[in-house]
Amino acid sequence: MVEIYILIGMHKYASPKTFYPLAGTLIPWLAGATVLLLALGLYLGLFVAPPDYQQGETVRIMFIHVPAAWMSMFVYAVMAAAGAAALVWNVKLMETLASACAPIGASFTLLALITGSLWGKPMWGAWWVWDARLTSELILFFLYIGVMALRASIDDPRRAARAAAILALVGVVNIPVIHFSVEWWNTLHQPASVGRMGKPTIHLSILMPLLTMAVAFTFYFLTAALLRMRNEILEREKHTSWVQELVESRR
Amino acid sequence: MTSPSLLAATANVLRRDLTVAWRRSADVLTPLVFFAIVTSLFPLGVGPEPSLLRTLAPGVLWVAALLSVMLALNRMFANDYADGTLELLALSPHPLSLLVLSKVAAHWVLTGLPLVLISPLLAVQLNLPSEAMGALLLSLLLGTPVLSLIGAVGAALTLGLRGGGVLVSLLVLPLYTPVLIFGAGSVAQAAAGAEIEAYISLLAAFLALTLTFAPWAAAAALRVSLD
Repeated sequence: MVEIYILIGMHKYASPKTFYPLAGTLIPWLAGATVLLLALGLYLGLFVAPPDYQQGETVRIMFIHVPAAWMSMFVYAVMAAAGAAALVWNVKLMETLASACAPIGASFTLLALITGSLWGKPMWGAWWVWDARLTSELILFFLYIGVMALRASIDDPRRAARAAAILALVGVVNIPVIHFSVEWWNTLHQPASVGRMGKPTIHLSILMPLLTMAVAFTFYFLTAALLRMRNEILEREKHTSWVQELVESRR
Repeated sequence: MTSPSLLAATANVLRRDLTVAWRRSADVLTPLVFFAIVTSLFPLGVGPEPSLLRTLAPGVLWVAALLSVMLALNRMFANDYADGTLELLALSPHPLSLLVLSKVAAHWVLTGLPLVLISPLLAVQLNLPSEAMGALLLSLLLGTPVLSLIGAVGAALTLGLRGGGVLVSLLVLPLYTPVLIFGAGSVAQAAAGAEIEAYISLLAAFLALTLTFAPWAAAAALRVSLD
């Protein structure tokens, strides 16, 4: 019984009209948490964590790079799941969530690619190598761009959301296939000439900033997603009475 | 009037698409000519050195094949969308995904199959060793249907959109990477005299996977586009 009440309660928040003010109250808290965690993570990463005995100070790029790469995949999964929910249950809110995910995920992917290349130059001696992870991350970036381009070229927001959801789902089936293909291609074509980070047991002084940054990035994602969702809700619902009342009250 | 059985319906769609294409044979020839031109551009770009061409040949042939299949994608549904045939197909009592599969089959017969057939000719131009010819034919035979199937999803999603042609390449090319890797990989391995069974098995697995899911996803995309 309780579950049913919770479900009904949750369902209420799935309507844009109730979600809009809820997101509005959540955003300052999430943004505050993002700033605090980012400050803590950067402090731990830049000042507390020791330089690596092989990579020196360059290892600190990893505190941005690794969480960004995690987020790039996590956000895609959220986007695909929200897209699936939008397709199956026809939830408008999920459509706006999926649409909010694409640019955020693309920026995390780009951040991971840029920081990776900045790290690669001193470590591998090249801005770019066709390493398996780099290549699959690049393809992930192209997938994000595809979703955004498809959405941008369809005027009707409902149709755009459903088309983008189908594309995101096709992509999510393909991501493991692409990842393993690239991995195998790489090991076949290019013997391990590039020194990769080994897999030593990570010391706590490295792990803490890494995890803090990952949580900070997650909070950033939530903040940015809610902000984008609120914008899209206003845009979509601009002809409804509640949005017009809202605009009047702010005037 | 009773509606035709599922088998008759899919056969009709296939026959109709082939007939329409046959009456406009220039459409069939364009991707083939494109395939030939693109592969001929590479020696002009990188130089006529035979050993260099031999190393590049598998990749060049596969990338060119991939691009020509992609170029032909928008004609898979565009004309039927413009004249309303597609809406009638969507209204038919049979599953749209199977009718889509027929259209994909027609598309493959008109683009993929001719590419496979002329590929040895272009491979000879690029100095591909004759041991690799079998691998080239087999990998293209298994790989081009996958390209058409994945492409069908992209074509269905971009139906009737402005800039559809460029957009479809953006959507579809990243998804083509696994096929390219194992297709070109198998040819390169065969040229080096190595065993290619694993590559061919993987290409066949991709074919099985896309045969199962792509028509279904393409049908869902068509329903979105037809709304």
